[in-house]
Amino acid sequence: MTLLNVKNLNVILETSEGIARAVRDLNFSLEKGETLGIVGESGCGKSMTALALMGLLPEMGKTTGQIELNGENLLEKSEAEMCKIRGNNLAMIFQEPMTSLNPVHTVGRQIMEPLRLHMGLTKEEARAEAVRLLDRVGIPNPRERIGNYPHQLSGGQRQRVMIAMALSCAPDILIADEPTTALDVTIQDQILELIQALVHEEGMGLILISHDLGVVSENTDSIMVMYGGAAVETGRTDNIFDELVHPYTQGLFAAMPKLGRAREARLVTIPGTVPDLVNLPAGCTFTDRCPLATEICRNTPPPIESIDARHAAA
Amino acid sequence: MTDCSSHVPVLEVTDLVRHYRLPRESLFAKPGHVYALNGVTFQIQRGKSFGIVGESGCGKSTLARNVMALEETDSGSVKILGQEVVGLSFDQLRPLRQHFQMIFQDPYGSLDPHHTVGRIVAEPLAALGAISNAERDRRVAEVLESVGLKTRDVTKYPHEFSGGQRQRIAIARALITHPELIVADEPVSALDVSVQAQVLNLLKDLQVQYGVTYMFISHDLAVVEYLCDEVAVMYLGEIVEKGLTENLFTNPAHPYTRILLDAVPKPGSGKRRERIKLKGNVTGQTERRVGCSFQDRCPMVQDLCRSEKPPLKEVGPDHLAACHFSDKVSAAG
Repeated sequence: MTLLNVKNLNVILETSEGIARAVRDLNFSLEKGETLGIVGESGCGKSMTALALMGLLPEMGKTTGQIELNGENLLEKSEAEMCKIRGNNLAMIFQEPMTSLNPVHTVGRQIMEPLRLHMGLTKEEARAEAVRLLDRVGIPNPRERIGNYPHQLSGGQRQRVMIAMALSCAPDILIADEPTTALDVTIQDQILELIQALVHEEGMGLILISHDLGVVSENTDSIMVMYGGAAVETGRTDNIFDELVHPYTQGLFAAMPKLGRAREARLVTIPGTVPDLVNLPAGCTFTDRCPLATEICRNTPPPIESIDARHAAA
Repeated sequence: MTDCSSHVPVLEVTDLVRHYRLPRESLFAKPGHVYALNGVTFQIQRGKSFGIVGESGCGKSTLARNVMALEETDSGSVKILGQEVVGLSFDQLRPLRQHFQMIFQDPYGSLDPHHTVGRIVAEPLAALGAISNAERDRRVAEVLESVGLKTRDVTKYPHEFSGGQRQRIAIARALITHPELIVADEPVSALDVSVQAQVLNLLKDLQVQYGVTYMFISHDLAVVEYLCDEVAVMYLGEIVEKGLTENLFTNPAHPYTRILLDAVPKPGSGKRRERIKLKGNVTGQTERRVGCSFQDRCPMVQDLCRSEKPPLKEVGPDHLAACHFSDKVSAAG
């Protein structure tokens, strides 16, 4: 059975300017031990998708569609039931390790919290488990570190603590929302390696959200490129990079400065900025910035075309 | 200051040292220090871009603040267009500030939300002394146009703009005094790839148009390679390698540079590549050590590295590296 199956996921946010369609008709699935990458610019709906999966949307948000985890639709669950699922089945690593840890509690206490809550461990057991987890994510002297406050740790170590917390109850799916964006390349390397190793050992499903095509390319099995709240291109990672089909993916790739590609060539830019989610254009959302746009694009949303068995573009 | 002859470097930094004192841990203990800059030396020629790369905590931003004379320097000299700025008072610096301007990392935090764009952009003109309102408006309009904003944007407030546009406003503010040198501290790291490309292209165009010199700080090696003529790699407050971008990126002579280059993920390269990996973080800024600053994390460390500090020596034309075994590192590439 498919571990996670998302069908027609829509997220609507009621803002003061009107209704913003943050996520539109998203379909994807994830198997055990598989990694899915979600790429796109800020405001394209990446994080909203993650929050919708976790059931953590802000109050003005509404989700429709289906999120099936192990065959059960999460959108039909009550808040109390979701509390049990979060942590046990679904866990998330947030973008900023600086702000997502509580500064007035020791990291030990923060790791022990889900253990005692979800697994019903005693204080001593939870403590021993927290030490084991810290050791597992590669923090030196875990026995002493457990009494440290977040400000006493470096950015990379804080992110490791976040990973330890997310792993504490052995979730089925780990969602990592830009886990390395705030970190240096060398530390990013270590953290990604760690996440990969843990995912393999535990056989979890991983959703890796990033704006960095490089990170996604090296760490995922399949990719979903999002733009204006919708998926514009999906497929196996190798297939996507073999042949970029959607003009947005092509633009994103061309805009990236690449090592060893020297300085003669000018960076190709995508003109303009991401569309306003409140007043989405009638046709393809990428029309205004697309070098290939024609009259059809302006008026009719493009259908999703299968390019081959595991690669589709809108 | 266009009267300067062309061979005077726009920026000349010699042996710059900056140590921050830490609070005493007890009444009788000696206070510790953070050794942020330990003798940094480099020059930037007119119209060139000089990149500085390194991990967080290696002293990049401290260097920027010291070059901009925004804080006191412990020792060493910073000459801008041949004029020493270390040791000058703020009043003495004020008329000189028109020649060196800065662009900050965060386009949200660096623009005052209560001021209109016109006022923000015109602010550095105050250092030029009294000028007429008409002249001021003319220069604001001119500079806004050159960064790709509209003249009517002057009455808007920063919150009405996107991140990329805000960074354009910050660039306009830096450009308005027609500076020789612009120090840019991570100017594109807060932006999306597509917007980042627009801003990088703009910076390149402005250099062609105005001949301005950049000191460009970034942790993103690909961005530095795209924009800069020369690069210095910093580690623990020291330059460990310096050279022309082409040479340094194709043939790094310091193990740290090699590892940094290897750590950059490459799109479309498939699954993980084989490479040397770096353990640990930037450590030990608070202790003085004997020998090479990179010894704790270096994969090829030898006894010599622990006892003797490698000097920054020439490994090729215009290419310096501080490693005892730089020939070995180069050969491995």
